[in-house]
Amino acid sequence: MLNQLEEIKQKAAQELEAVTQVRELESWRVRYLGKKSQLNGILRSLAILPLEERKKTGALANQVKASLEDSLKQKRQVLRETQLDTTIEKGHIDITLPGRPFSVGRLHPITQTLHEICDIFVSMGFQVVEGPEVEWDYYNFEALNIPRHHPARDTMATLWVDVESEGGERNMLLRTHNTAGDIRAMETMSPPIRVVIPGKVYRYEASDATHTPMFYQIDGFAVDKGITMAELKGTLYEFARRFFGEDRKVRFRCDYFPFVEPGVEMAIECLVCGGAGCRLCGNTGWIEILGAGMTHPRVLERGGLDPEVYTSFAFGMGIDRLPMLRYGIDDTRLFYSSDLRFLRQF
Amino acid sequence: MKVSLKWLEDYVDVTLPVAELAQRLTMAGIEVKGWQVIGSNWEGIVVGQIAAINPHPHADRLLLPTIALGTEQQSVVCGAPNLRLGDKVAFARVGAQLIDGHTGQVIRLEAVKIRGVVSNGMVCSEKELGISDYHEEIMVLPADAPVGTPLADYMGDVILDLDITPNRPDCLSVIGIAREVAALSGQEVHLPEAIYEEAAVPIDRQISVDIIAPDLCPRYSASLITGLKMASSPRWMQQRLLACGMRPINNIVDITNYVMLEYGEPLHAFDYHQIRGKKIIVRRAKEGEVLVTLDGARRALSRDMLVIADRERAVAIAGVMGGADSEVTEQTTAIFLEAASFDPASIYHTGNNLGLPSEARMRFERGISPELTIPALERATQLLVQLAGGKAAKGLIDAYPGKQEREPILLSTGRVSSLLGVDFSLDQIKGALTSLGFDCKPGGSASEVRVTAPYWRSDISLAEDLIEEVARIIGYDRIPVTMLSESVPRQDPEPILKLKQEVRHSLTGYGFQEVITYSLTSLELLNKLLPKPHPLEPAPLRMANPMTADQEYLRPSLRANLLAALSANRRHEEGGIRLFELGRVYLPRPKDLPDEPEMLCGLLTGPRFEQSWRGGEVSLDFFDAKGIVEGLLSRLGVEASFERCSDESLHPARQTAIAIEGKRLGVIGELHPKVLDAFEISGEVYLFEVNLMALLPLTIGHRPFQPISRFPAIVRDMALVVDSGVAHRQVQDIITSFPLVSQVIIFDVYSGGQLPAGKKSLAYRITFQSPSHTLTDEDVNKVQQQILDKLSAELGASLRG
Repeated sequence: MLNQLEEIKQKAAQELEAVTQVRELESWRVRYLGKKSQLNGILRSLAILPLEERKKTGALANQVKASLEDSLKQKRQVLRETQLDTTIEKGHIDITLPGRPFSVGRLHPITQTLHEICDIFVSMGFQVVEGPEVEWDYYNFEALNIPRHHPARDTMATLWVDVESEGGERNMLLRTHNTAGDIRAMETMSPPIRVVIPGKVYRYEASDATHTPMFYQIDGFAVDKGITMAELKGTLYEFARRFFGEDRKVRFRCDYFPFVEPGVEMAIECLVCGGAGCRLCGNTGWIEILGAGMTHPRVLERGGLDPEVYTSFAFGMGIDRLPMLRYGIDDTRLFYSSDLRFLRQF
Repeated sequence: MKVSLKWLEDYVDVTLPVAELAQRLTMAGIEVKGWQVIGSNWEGIVVGQIAAINPHPHADRLLLPTIALGTEQQSVVCGAPNLRLGDKVAFARVGAQLIDGHTGQVIRLEAVKIRGVVSNGMVCSEKELGISDYHEEIMVLPADAPVGTPLADYMGDVILDLDITPNRPDCLSVIGIAREVAALSGQEVHLPEAIYEEAAVPIDRQISVDIIAPDLCPRYSASLITGLKMASSPRWMQQRLLACGMRPINNIVDITNYVMLEYGEPLHAFDYHQIRGKKIIVRRAKEGEVLVTLDGARRALSRDMLVIADRERAVAIAGVMGGADSEVTEQTTAIFLEAASFDPASIYHTGNNLGLPSEARMRFERGISPELTIPALERATQLLVQLAGGKAAKGLIDAYPGKQEREPILLSTGRVSSLLGVDFSLDQIKGALTSLGFDCKPGGSASEVRVTAPYWRSDISLAEDLIEEVARIIGYDRIPVTMLSESVPRQDPEPILKLKQEVRHSLTGYGFQEVITYSLTSLELLNKLLPKPHPLEPAPLRMANPMTADQEYLRPSLRANLLAALSANRRHEEGGIRLFELGRVYLPRPKDLPDEPEMLCGLLTGPRFEQSWRGGEVSLDFFDAKGIVEGLLSRLGVEASFERCSDESLHPARQTAIAIEGKRLGVIGELHPKVLDAFEISGEVYLFEVNLMALLPLTIGHRPFQPISRFPAIVRDMALVVDSGVAHRQVQDIITSFPLVSQVIIFDVYSGGQLPAGKKSLAYRITFQSPSHTLTDEDVNKVQQQILDKLSAELGASLRG
């Protein structure tokens, strides 16, 4: 019987060696470890053996059984790994083929720029508000120190809505600048105030590579006790640093806008020539980015604020030029062309 | 405004190099846009004198002038018709750079033989020097031109091109700029002294002035000059006028223009003999009054316009344009010279209504000081006497009903530092202001000063105005850079901003490209949205002064421009297109600004995926549009229902209104084929449109969390047969009305085949789950039967066999 066990062990080992597929393992198991297997028969017949022999045979039979089970487990492991290796090998794909073309959507470059600018000012404590695009003469001009005959009106050619007031005057217009929202914000908020007003503005201007009748601006102002021009400078320099980069030189010069006093124009060193002078900057080395200044006392009064108590700064800039400068776009009309060949580049 | 540096040097010593001067002026608010150097390439060109003129031995038309150059002489061959012995000329030596009079090309002068005689240089025309296009004669220099001096030293110049802001009419003059230059470089201004001889007869015996409208004319000054000889003005004056962009005409007109450029005060010369009744009346125009102006146009005047009239009729539109009748002509020998001050608003309205821009009007509109009339008048009179042979009547006329004293402004160092954020001493403040001609008197305390602005600074009225003067003279770069120091104000972000951002990001996630179209559109484009034409209701807002016909109306919806954008892109884009715009539309309201709701409009058309090696080119359809809207709303935490609607621009059978809590706030549908035809678009196009202002209140707030059941779910499929007219929504509503149903998904819709006509099959996968216990098959069977009974009773549904 002991010989028989040794034979079983050897034969089983040989057969197991020959197995190459996982599915063949089961018949091997039934043959050598199943209920009807020779080994199982021996184990069952142990009871009838004399004690001494039973001990011996039993020990060996159990040893063989354990050994076969262990071999099976190892073989199964080996075969599984081989099988997975084959699967992986068969799973080869040409990864250079293009991916499935999901439609990709993008925000308009102006929207992207506005989000970026608003984020910068929001991080400095400014709140974003919006005003109407169709506006009264009062908010767009009158309240900003630009009465009807003021020459500054000529610099902002206006599109008028075809409705007349009871007095027969045109008084409804498409806002020519977002400063129109300043007085509205002053009327509804109380100091301290820090707001930026982004949005569309309109001018009576023929379209060309640098003009469109509609474009975007962002205006901003801060009102508090003790706001200074140094803080205006700080705010705008910080904006320029974050938008144009650490090394871009900034220039602050005197300029005139009826709703501020003193008035400021901020320019940055030309992005093309770096200040040496080129076509883009009109050979000046500087590119005008925005107008600003300390809010005129009469404008504060119109907004219901006492200029003896509060001071304020204000600034306003065109948005369209910024992506033009950043990406080297040479025709502002492209923004409103809806041309996908253009828009897909951003 | 263009200013000659040479001219500027008449009034102020220019001690700075041009680039530095330009930089200081620009920083101080007088923007120098650029400058042109005249004579920068005049190397080898000197002032010469014609010492002899000999005939050319071989050519009748050529002469051989000898040019004296001081220490030497040169002989040249010259064909100019105006060679005159003793004249001073510009002589170019061999090697000089010139402009070829015939070709316009830049050439380098060589010694050449002309018809056998060597020419050692050239006597130059204006064209050859690059001064003008004149090439018929050689340029003759004034008699006092120093022989032998390089021409660039004698008549080289720099022309500054300045951008003057509307608040500085005083800087629309050479003297005004000289004052700025003086203040910015620590120099003094020297004004010309106007001294001239007067005739015996006083002016007021020869003419009188009556201001009937003093509200529009605070001051009217005039002089009378007789015995004038009309001629060309001297070359130096012509050159200065040309340099400033004005065309020389004759000595009288040129002098008035010259003094306008010099002082900034517009002058007007009337032919004295054409003034009837020898009386000038400054009055409003009469109803129906007509004036033929200098340009020959007949101008109908209205009663709000100010005119200069004589006893019989208007002779000029005040400050805007003179009349043809009283114009200075070849025959003029006596002029009545006007220097007046007019109300800026009146000039603006009159000039605007008549559509007449002019140098004079531009200056009057900006509000020049009435104090300027006399100095300018005296200067012009002097020049007319000096240069046009005139005799000035004794005295001047000066009607000045609107004289106002300037109020001093109190300024303190504290006020300056609280506005600028930097401490300037009282001496610094006074120094800056004094350099500009402001009068500084002691204030109430040691930190205050009482400032009176000089008469030419009509823009100064407040302490803030003075602070700007101080800051710009000391320099804006002296103001420090500090961050806002106070605490951040309370923030109340507008909820619409967040909604817009979420909508934009969702749509780009669904593969939509954002576009921005003009808010202005045309009726023609809007009408393309109507399969059957009819007037738009309500009528869109119209512009009173549209720039072009295609930008005449404010858009009442985003559709038309978006469809036009799609159509334009179709010309170069195959494949799927998904566009959206998020922007305002403008809905008229009576006697108020229009309503400007923020709208979202999307268009989708073409294949769902681009052509790919993976295949499967399936077209986008209505349910893509609906799925996108459902997805968007679900992200916003809103559940919509979809109702029948009748939007005329959409396919009548393929459209639905988006309704939330009974409010309709948008639409989804396929574009009407006729609309697509009108926009020249082929293939089906799907549209969705949502009013974000209406949606906004529904997106605010938070839906409470739903606990996740711990108990297992049981899933059953149920294929039903119903009449074709039964809507999925009806079936779904019945199934979900049972409490144990946690989810219903329709996974198949089928008709035809073995199904009888008029029937369709709807297959649902229903998930049953209880929040409180494990369901058994029996539980689910029971509910499923109840569902079926109800569907059968209410919708006639049966299980598909």
